This record gives sequence, C-alpha cells and structure tokens, in this order.
Amino acid sequence: MKAFNSILLTALLAGGLAGLVLGGVQQFTVVPMILEAETYETAGAEEHEATHGHEAEEWAPEDGIERTFWTVLNSVLIGIGFGMLLTACYALRGKVTWKGGILWGLAGFAAFNIAPALGLPPELPGDMAAGLEQRQVWWVLTVVVTAAGFWIIAFQPKRYLKLFGVGLLALPHLFGAPQPEVHTGLAPDELRQAYITATLMTNAVFWVVLGVFCALFYRHFTGTTEDPALA
Amino acid sequence: MDTSQNTRYMSTSAHAGIISLEMVVAVTAAILIGTLIVTAVGFAGPEVVHNAAHDLRHSLAFPCH
Repeated sequence: MKAFNSILLTALLAGGLAGLVLGGVQQFTVVPMILEAETYETAGAEEHEATHGHEAEEWAPEDGIERTFWTVLNSVLIGIGFGMLLTACYALRGKVTWKGGILWGLAGFAAFNIAPALGLPPELPGDMAAGLEQRQVWWVLTVVVTAAGFWIIAFQPKRYLKLFGVGLLALPHLFGAPQPEVHTGLAPDELRQAYITATLMTNAVFWVVLGVFCALFYRHFTGTTEDPALA
Repeated sequence: MDTSQNTRYMSTSAHAGIISLEMVVAVTAAILIGTLIVTAVGFAGPEVVHNAAHDLRHSLAFPCH
C-alpha cells in the first residue's frame, strides 16, 4: 500500500493546490468571458433552447458566490484527478525533479489542451459545434493517443519506435475532428479569439504548477533523492 | 539485471529500473481513479453535474454542450 499511498497523498495535496490555482486564475481570465458570452446566449433565447435543451428545469448554481464555489470545487477535484494520472507516470519513471516536473506539465498541457484544441477549438457558450458524443469520443481518443505518442518518443530508444510515436501524434488530426456544418456562434469573433488564448494560457499555468507540485510532493512522500541525470 | 530478479519483478522496457508488482498495482489503481475523477467532472452526463461543472468544462476546453 505504501506505493499507492505516496501517489494518493501527492495527488491530493499537489493536485488540490494546483486545482486551487486553476480555480483562482480562471476567475480573472476565462470566467468573465464565459459570463459575457452567456449574455449573447440569453439574448438569443431561441438558439439557447436549441443548444441547451431543458437546462432551465434542472438545478444550477446561482450566479455569484455559489457559481464560483462550484467552479473552484470542481477545479480542485479535477486537479486531484490529473494529479493521480501525472503522479502515476512519475511513479513509473521513479525519479522526477521539479525541473522535470515543468517538462511533464508541459507534456500534459500539450496532450490535454493543445492537441484537442487543434481539432476542437475551445468553445464559448453559444458556439455551434458537432454532436457532443462524437466530439467527446474524438477528444478522449486524441488525448490518449497523444499521451502515448509523447511517452514513446520520450522513452523508447529505438528510432523506428520514435517515428511510430510521431505518427500517433499526427493520427487524430489526419482522421479529423467532428466539425459543425458552419463555424459560428452567438458571441463575437473577437471574444472567441481572446477566449481561446485565455483558456490555453490558464491551462498552461495549471499544468506547469501541477507538474512541479507533483514532483516536489512525490519526492517528499517517497524520500527519493534528486538525480540531475533524470531531470 | 539477472534472470532471478526477472522472475520476481516485472521489468520495464526502456527505463533502466525495475518495477515491483506493488508498484504496478499502485499505478494501475491511480490511473483508474484519476480517469474516473476526470470523467466525472469533465464528461458526466447528468444535467445537475453539468451545471455545477459548467464553467470549468468550458475553461478546460472539454466538449461541453
């Protein structure tokens, strides 16, 4: 159980803290844009019905402190979830320094944000998009295949295997993401462009913080000494 | 590593180190739990869960609506 406990404690503390950072940064970067986009969405009430269905019948947090609370709470939870995945990788590698943690964080950011965003740009409320399930399937497959590609490129010594890893990175984009018939939305294009930049910046900060925190906490809980050769 | 070690440990392919069975179980469990959390927060269908996690899902650029 000791091996699992080290991963669990690292994910809870490092992931929870990184999630708090994510929840905090979001409030200043992407959340104001989401709220602004919703004003266009509410103004176009018919489109709102079309994209949201019966949302109004179900519970939703009140705007203000309650909504912020749920967003931050979910950020902490997903920080712990991503922390479990990242620390599991660290455990497989044995030793990761805080500098290595930056690289791991950037790899996580590339796998979970950059690669999916190449096919499915970050959406504002009210954006037109292809069917949800198709996009979710493409998103998950892209993340898994990209992460596997990175792992192979980084840790397989043979050149032909590295080439296979590069092929894996390209595969989801050769296949193509499910797209709507027309790319449009209710919010103005300038807001959408600014939003894409803001989500990517916010998630980059989150992943680097997560990568470094997980490296520091995991080393603390396992007592692994620093080995610069493996940074 | 010698063969007697190989019978007691699962060896990794590229990394020089060897990984104990306990570590394999721990890593598998961590990946399962991590995936479960990310799926629940990022993808779970029920409207109430969606509404609570709405802003975060947009913020992470998960497919949301």
